[in-house]
Amino acid sequence: MGTLTEEIFSRRLGRTVHAGEIVVAPVDYAMAHDVTGPLAIEAFRKLDVPLWDPERVIMVFDHILPANTVASAGLHKIVRDFADEFGVTHVFQEGICHQLMVEKGFVRPGGIVVGADSHSTTYGALGCFSAGFGSTDIAVTFATGRTWFRVPETIRINLRGQLPPGIFPKDLALKVIRMLGAEGANYLAVEWGGEAVEAMSVDERLTLANLTVDFGGKAGLCEPDENTRLYLGDAEVSDLHPVAPEYRSLIEVDAETLEPQIACPPAIDNVQDLSTVEGTKLDEVFVGSCANGRIEDLAIVAGYFKGRQVNPRTRTIVVPASKQIYMEALARGYIQTFMEAGAIVMNAGCGPCLGRQHGVLGPGERALSTSNRNYAGRMGSPQAEIYLANPSVAAASALAGEIADPRRVTPSPTLPTRGRETPASLPTRGRETPAAPPRGRQVAGVSAQ
Amino acid sequence: MSRVFKFGDAISTDAIIPGRYNVTTDATALGKACFIEARPDFATSAQAGDVIVAGRNFGCGSSREHAPVAIKAAGIQAVVAQSFARIFYRNAINIGLPVVQCEAVYDAVADGDPISVDVRSGAIETNGKMFTGETPGPVAMAIMEAGTLIDLIKTRGWAAIEEVS
Repeated sequence: MGTLTEEIFSRRLGRTVHAGEIVVAPVDYAMAHDVTGPLAIEAFRKLDVPLWDPERVIMVFDHILPANTVASAGLHKIVRDFADEFGVTHVFQEGICHQLMVEKGFVRPGGIVVGADSHSTTYGALGCFSAGFGSTDIAVTFATGRTWFRVPETIRINLRGQLPPGIFPKDLALKVIRMLGAEGANYLAVEWGGEAVEAMSVDERLTLANLTVDFGGKAGLCEPDENTRLYLGDAEVSDLHPVAPEYRSLIEVDAETLEPQIACPPAIDNVQDLSTVEGTKLDEVFVGSCANGRIEDLAIVAGYFKGRQVNPRTRTIVVPASKQIYMEALARGYIQTFMEAGAIVMNAGCGPCLGRQHGVLGPGERALSTSNRNYAGRMGSPQAEIYLANPSVAAASALAGEIADPRRVTPSPTLPTRGRETPASLPTRGRETPAAPPRGRQVAGVSAQ
Repeated sequence: MSRVFKFGDAISTDAIIPGRYNVTTDATALGKACFIEARPDFATSAQAGDVIVAGRNFGCGSSREHAPVAIKAAGIQAVVAQSFARIFYRNAINIGLPVVQCEAVYDAVADGDPISVDVRSGAIETNGKMFTGETPGPVAMAIMEAGTLIDLIKTRGWAAIEEVS
C-alpha cells in the first residue's frame, strides 16, 4: 500500500511502511566516485571493519578523468588502493557514475541504491528508490550494507498530453522547477507520471529523475513498465505501482503547451521561456552530463550539426555519458558529424559540468549547457554565466553562437534515426547494453519522416 | 562572543567549496578554501566559534561532504539557516558540524553581530533577542550526542538509530 516509495520500503522490510517513519534498510549497492570516494574511504577506515560486500560497492572515476593535476591523481590512487585492498571489482573509468549504474545492471525496479553523489536520484527512472548521500553515510553503508532513511512523503507530478515537437524531458523538468522552486521537493520523493512520461523512453525518464534533486527531491521515481522491461532486457521485472497512495501534493503540468525552458544564471529555478534569452552570445556550448549525455541526446545534436559548422567564436564540447554511448555514437556516425561540424569531442565522463577539469569558463564568459547546475562558479570563474537547456537548444545555439530556437533550424533529412535501435554491429553484453525500448515519442526533427 | 557571518538564500556547496578546491581530503586545506570565491575574506576572518546565519536552502547542489568539512575547519561553531538542503544537513550532522533551522533570526541579524547558539535546545540569542530554532530529529540528536556518525556506529551500531526510530 502507498506511494512507490512506501511500496519499495514495505517490500524491502517485509512490513507496511509509511512516510515519515525512520527505518534502517539494507541497500542493493553503494556507489562513490573519484571526488566523494576518498572521503568515504577515510571515514570507512575509521570504522576499522571489513567491507560489507566487495561485489556491492561501486567505484567510478568520472569527475576528473583522466586525472588533470597531481592532486586529482592522488585522489584516484586513494580509490585504487582501497579497491585493491578490499577486493572491490566494480571499478570503472568509462563514463559518468549514474549512467554506468544503469548500464551495468546495478539498478533494478523496486531496488534501493545509495550513491555518494547528489544526482543518484537518476535511477528512479527505472522504479528504483535511489538517493544521494555524503561520503560518511556511504562509508557506513560500505561497512554495514545498510543506511537509515526517513521514508519521504511524495509529490506526484502528472504530465498531461504529449510533448510537442522540439520539446524534451529537460523542458518538463525545468518547467516543474520553475513552478516549485529550487527547494520545492526538499526532503520529499517525487513520482513522475502521466501520459507524457508513459510515452517516454527510459533514457528520457533518466533526465527527469536526474533533475529531481535539483529542486530538492530525495528521490524521483517513474513506475516501471514495458519500456523498462525492454530496456533491461528482462521480462521478469515485477510489477510495482502506487497502491491507494496518499500524496503530499499533486501537480499537473500540460506538456502540450510547453515552450523550450532555459535555466538562467545563477540559479536552477531562474527559468525563462527560450524567447526571452534568444540572441544571448555564447562562448561555450556543452553537450553532455548525467542529465543529457545519452545516445538520444547525441542523436538530436547530430541531427542539427550534420552538414553544418558550429559558430567559430563558440567552443562546442560534446561529452558522451559513457563509453558504450560513445561507441554507439561512433557506429552511427554521430562522432564524425560532431567533429566535421567543428565540435570538440572529449572522453566519456562528467566533462566540463563541474569546472574541475577541461572546458572551464573564464571571467565574463557565457556558456549554454545541457547539464543540471548553473551556480556561479560551477563551470569555472564565478564571473562566468551558465544557461541550462535541452539538447536541441544547445545544438541550435552552437550553430548560431548565441542562444537560438531550434524550431527555426531544419535538422538534416539524412539524419540517423532516433536513438532507440541499437545497431547489430555493436557488441552486446547482456544488461550492459541499454536495450532500446521500441515505442515512445519521436524525437522531434531528428528522424527522416 | 561569537560573531555572525551572514549569507543569503541558495548558498550552494559549489559556493562553499568550488570544484577546483575540493580535490583533497585534508580538512585544513578545505577550511582555507571555504567560500574562496563567493566571499574571499571568509577563511581568514572567521574565528573559532563564529556562526553562519543564512537564508533558505543552504547547502543546495552537490553532495560533496567537503562543504561542511570546510565550514567546520574554518572554525564555524554552527550554521543557522531558514532551511537546509537535505544532503548538506545530513552531512553536517554526520561530521559534527551543528546546524540549526530557524526562520526568524535571519532578519534580526547583520554581519558581525554577536550571537550565541545552543545547538541542542535550538536557543539563539542575538542583539538582546531570543529565538528558538527547530530541535534536531531523533537520529540527528543521537549522532550529535555521539559526536559524529562514525562515532555513533562504531560504538553502538545501528541499534543506536533503530531504538530512536
